[in-house]
Amino acid sequence: MEALILSRWQFAITTTYHFLFVPITLGLSIFVALLETCYVRTRRPHWKAASRKLVKFFGTLFLINFALGVVTGIVQEFHFGMNWSEYSRFMGDIFGAPLALEALTAFFLESTFLGLWVFGWKKLSPKLHCACIWIVALGSNISAFWILVANSFMQHPVGYAIENGRAVMTDFPALITNHYVLGEYSHAFFSGITTAGFVVLAVSVWKVLHDESSRYAFTQTVKAGAIFMLIGLFGAMGSGHLHTQYLAQANPMKLSSIEALWETADPAPFAIVADIDQSARRNDSEIAVPGVFSFMLYNRPTGAVPGINQLQAQAVEKYGAGDYIPDVCGLFWSFRIMIGLGGLMMLLGFVTLFLAHTGRLTQKPFRCWLRFLPALLPLPFIANSVGWFIAEAGRQPWIVVGLQRTADAVSPNLTGGEVWLTLIGFTLIYLVLIIAALCIALRYIHQTTITDEPAAERGRD
Amino acid sequence: MDLTILWFILITVLFTGFFILEGFDYGVGMLLPFLSRRDEDRSQVLMTIAPVWDGNEVWMITAGGALFAAFPHVYATMFSTFYLALFLMLVALILRGAAFELRGRSQHACWRRAWEAAICFGSAVPAFLWGVAVIDLLKGLPINQDMTYAGSFFDLLSIYSIVGGITFLAVFVFHGATFLSIRLQNTGLILRARSLARVWGIIAAAAFVLCLLLTVFSTDILTRPAAVGLLVLAALLFIGAYIRLCGRHYVSSFVLGALTIACTTVGFFAALFPRLMVSSLNPAYSLTITNAASTPYTLSIMTVAALVLVPIVLIYQGWTYYVFRHRITPDDVQEHSY
Repeated sequence: MEALILSRWQFAITTTYHFLFVPITLGLSIFVALLETCYVRTRRPHWKAASRKLVKFFGTLFLINFALGVVTGIVQEFHFGMNWSEYSRFMGDIFGAPLALEALTAFFLESTFLGLWVFGWKKLSPKLHCACIWIVALGSNISAFWILVANSFMQHPVGYAIENGRAVMTDFPALITNHYVLGEYSHAFFSGITTAGFVVLAVSVWKVLHDESSRYAFTQTVKAGAIFMLIGLFGAMGSGHLHTQYLAQANPMKLSSIEALWETADPAPFAIVADIDQSARRNDSEIAVPGVFSFMLYNRPTGAVPGINQLQAQAVEKYGAGDYIPDVCGLFWSFRIMIGLGGLMMLLGFVTLFLAHTGRLTQKPFRCWLRFLPALLPLPFIANSVGWFIAEAGRQPWIVVGLQRTADAVSPNLTGGEVWLTLIGFTLIYLVLIIAALCIALRYIHQTTITDEPAAERGRD
Repeated sequence: MDLTILWFILITVLFTGFFILEGFDYGVGMLLPFLSRRDEDRSQVLMTIAPVWDGNEVWMITAGGALFAAFPHVYATMFSTFYLALFLMLVALILRGAAFELRGRSQHACWRRAWEAAICFGSAVPAFLWGVAVIDLLKGLPINQDMTYAGSFFDLLSIYSIVGGITFLAVFVFHGATFLSIRLQNTGLILRARSLARVWGIIAAAAFVLCLLLTVFSTDILTRPAAVGLLVLAALLFIGAYIRLCGRHYVSSFVLGALTIACTTVGFFAALFPRLMVSSLNPAYSLTITNAASTPYTLSIMTVAALVLVPIVLIYQGWTYYVFRHRITPDDVQEHSY
C-alpha cells in the first residue's frame, strides 16, 4: 500500500516537473524557428545582426529548458516499468507501440537536429541551419502527439480487446484517430504556444525596462511574444471548450466532477464557487448560474447533465462495488484556477501589446506596473500543472478508465522503503537542477545585450 | 520469419548501436577530468561529443521503448527488478545530461569543475551498471511464476556481475580514448588519451577474460557454440584494437574497438536466445520471446515502422557525423564559447 501511494507521488512529481519544460519546448522551438526564418529572409540591413542575436538569445533559453526536459523525459519512460510493472504488463501491447514510435519518429529527430543546430552555425548554409530548428520543432510536436495517443487510451480506451487478462491492440488506426487525442494534443499544443509566448513576453519586458541599449530589439519581441501568447490562449480556449463538450460522451464522471454536479440536472447550472463535501457527496453551499453548464456543453440553455451520484450508481452496476468518484474538490478548483489564469494572461497580453504598439512601455505609470510582469511568470506553469491534474486525477480510481485500477497497476516487488528512497532522491535532484538552471538563465538574460547602432537610432524616433 | 525472432534481432541491433555509440560517449565522459589540467583542453574534449551525445542516448531510449512495445513482460519485469539500480542510473543520466548544457554557461572554475565531475560520474555509473545488468540477465535472476522478481537489490550484485561491470567500464574508457584520438587535433591530448587507454586496455582485457571464464562456469553458454564463438572473437578483436592503438593507427583501433562491442553484444543476446530474462528458480519461469511478446498484430505494425524508420535514422545520424567530421580545434571551443 505504501509503495502505491509513494509511487503515485513520485510519478506526479516527475510528470509535473517534466511538464514545466515540455510546453516551453513545444512553443519556443516554433518561436525560435520563426525568428530564424525572419533572420534568414530579412533584407533590412539594420535588422539582420540584431535578429541573429535574438535567435541565439532565445535559442539559448530554449536549450537550457530542453536539456532539463530531456533528462526528466527519460525518467518518465523508465517509470512505467520501474513503478508500474503490472500496468506495463496489462497495457504493453497497446501502450508500448506509441512509446517506441515516439523514440523512433521524434526523439532521434529532435536530438540529432538540435545538435546540428547548436554546433552547425558555420558548417551549414543559413537555410539548412534554419531548417534544422524547424525539424526540432516538428520532432517536439510529433513526440507530444505520440505520448498523448498513449495518454488518450488511458482516458478513453478504443481499438482494443481483452485477451487472457491483458488489453491487446486490435485497431491501430483507431488508436491514433481517437477523438480524445485531438482534444489533448491541440490543447497541449496551444498551452505550449501560450507558455512560450509568456516567457518571451516576460523576458522581453524585463529587458526593455532594465537594459536601455537592448530596448529596440526587445520591444519587437514584446509584441511578438504577446501575439504568440494570445494566439495560444485563443487556441487553448477553443480546444478546451470543444474537448469539454466531447467529455460529455467520453468521460462524464470527470466532467461532472469538474463542475461538482452531484445530482443529474436539466438544465444544469454552472457553479462559480462551491463548498464541496466529498464524503457526504453534496455541496454544502454554492453560487451557481442556472443553465450555463448545459449551454457550455450543448450550445443551448437546456439539456440534461448526469450527476456524480447517478454516475457512481451506474459504475457500481457495471464494475461492482467501489468508489468511482475522483477528487471532486481538487478538480473543481483546478478547473477554475486554469480558466481564471487563462483570462488573466489574456488581459496581460492585450495590455502589453497595446502599450508596446503605441510605444508606451517605458512611460511613467505603465513602467511601474510592467516591472511586476516578470514576477507573474509562474502563471502559465500553474495553469499547465492544474490542467494536467484535471486530466490525470479526473480518471481516478482508474489508471485505464474502465479496464485497470491504479491500485492494481503498481509493481508488486517494490517496498515502501525503496520508493521512499527514490522519491526523495528524485525530488532533491529536481530541486537542485531547477535552481541551477534558473540561476544560469537569469544570469544569461541579465548579461546579454542586443545592441545595433542603426536599430537603436530607429528606436528613439 | 516469425516476428518475435525478428524483434529479438531488432532489440539486439538497438542495443548494439547503443553500446557502440554511447560507449565512446561514456568513455569520453569518464576520461574528461583526467586528460588535462587546462580548462580549454577539457572543453575541446567535450566538444568531440557535444553535438552527438544526445542522439546517441536516444538509442538506449529506443531500445527501452522497443522492449516495451515488442516484449512488454520483459520491460515490466526487467525495469522493476533493477529498480534501485535504474534509479542510480537515472540520477547519473540526469546529472550528465544537465551538465553538458550547464557547464559552458559560466566561466567560474568551480562551476565548470563540478559539472565535469557530474559528467564523469554520470558516465561511469551507467557504464558500470549496464555491465552488471548484462551479467545478471545472463546468469539468471530469482523470477517467480508471476514473472515478478523475488530477490532484493543486493541479489543483483555478485563477484561475477561486478566483474561484468568493470569490463564494460574499462572497455568503454578504451573506446572513448580511441574516439578522442580520431576527433582531436591537439597531439598532447591524444597522447595522454593513448597512455590512459593503454592502462585501461589491459584492465579491460583482464576483466574480459575473467568474465568469460566466469560465464563458462556460471551459465549454460557452452551449449551455445555461436555465443562462445562471438565472445572469443570479441576478445581477439580487442587485442587487435589494442595493438593498433600502440602502433598509433587510431582509426583502425577505433573500428576494431567498436567491433569488439558489437560482437560482445550480439554474443550476449545469442547466449540468451530465445530467452530474454532467465529465471534462476525454474527454467520454466524464464521470460522468452514466446511468453513475453506482444500480439502478432502489434508486432506487425511495429515491424513496418521499424523497418522504414531505422534506416532513415541511420542516414541522418550518419550525416551528422559527416558534418562534424573535422578534428576539434581551439577555435571550435571559442566559436561556441563552450
